[in-house]
Amino acid sequence: MNEILQGILKALELIITLNPEVIDITSRTVMISLSSTLLASLIAVPVGALIHFKQFKGKRAIIDIIQTLYSIPTVLVGLLVFLLISKSGPLGSLNLLFTPWGMILAQAILISPLITGFTITALKGVGDEIVDLARSLGATEYQALSTLVSEAKYGIMGAIILGFGRAISEVGIAIMIGGNIRGYTRVITSAMSLETSKGNLELSIALGIILLAVSLIINTLLNYFQEK
Amino acid sequence: MKKLAIALIIITIILAASGIYYLSNLEKEVFRISTTTSLEDTGLLEELEAQFEKKKYPNIDVQIVSGGTGVALERGKRGDADLLIVHDKKREEAFIDEGYGTKRYPFAYNYFYIIGPKDDPANINGSTTATEVFHRIFTAAQTKPKVKFVSRGDNSGTNSREIKIWNKTYNDIKKSPWYIETGSGMADTLRVANEKQAYTIADSGTYLAYQNRINLVPYLTNGSDLLNVYSAIPINPEKVNGANYDAAMKFVDFLLSKEGQDIIAKYGKDKYGNSLFTAFFGKSEPEA
Repeated sequence: MNEILQGILKALELIITLNPEVIDITSRTVMISLSSTLLASLIAVPVGALIHFKQFKGKRAIIDIIQTLYSIPTVLVGLLVFLLISKSGPLGSLNLLFTPWGMILAQAILISPLITGFTITALKGVGDEIVDLARSLGATEYQALSTLVSEAKYGIMGAIILGFGRAISEVGIAIMIGGNIRGYTRVITSAMSLETSKGNLELSIALGIILLAVSLIINTLLNYFQEK
Repeated sequence: MKKLAIALIIITIILAASGIYYLSNLEKEVFRISTTTSLEDTGLLEELEAQFEKKKYPNIDVQIVSGGTGVALERGKRGDADLLIVHDKKREEAFIDEGYGTKRYPFAYNYFYIIGPKDDPANINGSTTATEVFHRIFTAAQTKPKVKFVSRGDNSGTNSREIKIWNKTYNDIKKSPWYIETGSGMADTLRVANEKQAYTIADSGTYLAYQNRINLVPYLTNGSDLLNVYSAIPINPEKVNGANYDAAMKFVDFLLSKEGQDIIAKYGKDKYGNSLFTAFFGKSEPEA
């Protein structure tokens, strides 16, 4: 119990004194997970919309697969991406292993199914009546679709926030792909893992609290921008 | 929607700025060390890295990734590291025989600790060799359900030493119900051993870092079968494409220099009262 209390005090101390190492790790964490979320969203939201609007054979199966991938273990994504970008892998010449870029790529792969699937769900929730209504009012196909997407934007935003949450909190990829290199790929979760191994439990708890605080700030900002 | 656009622009600016920041790091020559966890967890390697970069080669960016000896060797084979720092002589020699590494450079040693519960249910206190300790644990475990042993079970250097000691007398140790494999790092394994009040074997660095958080005590802390030698192995650029042999040798030279050995010999004194490693200072490796 004492350690938890000490952890909370330590978190406050690190934040108030603007500890340079913690600021470095925290800003890197935010940049990497925001980048991967942005990358994943740019691909997953349009793909989700496409799957929702198009009628094709095997649609149900594709949605099932996407939903199954919600539970893909981070270590599996880490391993697959590792084999892909390791020096002896097919993308080895790009030198992505143990870099922030590799982490962004792997995190984006991790959360893309999540964002795609929840985009589909969000669009379904709005219902196609809106599209019919828009069409009957003389909207072009593009206008009708953008009306639907705009109606579903809360749901889609929720999907993106969920993806961000999974990206910022995962540790498997951070360690396997990032390598937890100090000053280069160390993020909050991998730093927590290291500090726990070092026996610095209070510092580890403090970092966890800082991660939650950062997540709170980002979610609040996103929600603020969402409510126009 | 306007605010959303503003938000997107802000995010893009942040990301672009961070991209430029990361790219500015690329000017330096990157040199990657894959190290065993104990050297990173004790902080020794970080200290050596800082001195190497600051005093010797400011244009080399040393990047340290850690993992057990098994992981480190695999990374070396795949070309994902330029220098390995590991502690498992047998596998190191095999690695060099296969042509992946050029040479083994031992630079420091210490001893594994055998630790266990204060009440010592297997009565190992007073044993003088690890083999004897393990024999007493094995014998006691046959009749006393309280006696347990926790193993890393993760193919690390510490784990392979433990197995080696067991195999001197017992072969099927993994089948015993009192033998618990965590499959995790040293710190996690220490916590499990502490919860279960079991015996275990630990590298001294991690044990010392954790000693105030657990109530297990050390019973045997030296002897030739607990000798733990750390060595550096540069990756052979002729076998593994792209390995940075030049920087690896610069780091090895630094490790073995008077300056590097001094850092190692003193490391941990202020924090634990004792230094965590013994430096060789040019002497040859003690026989195991």
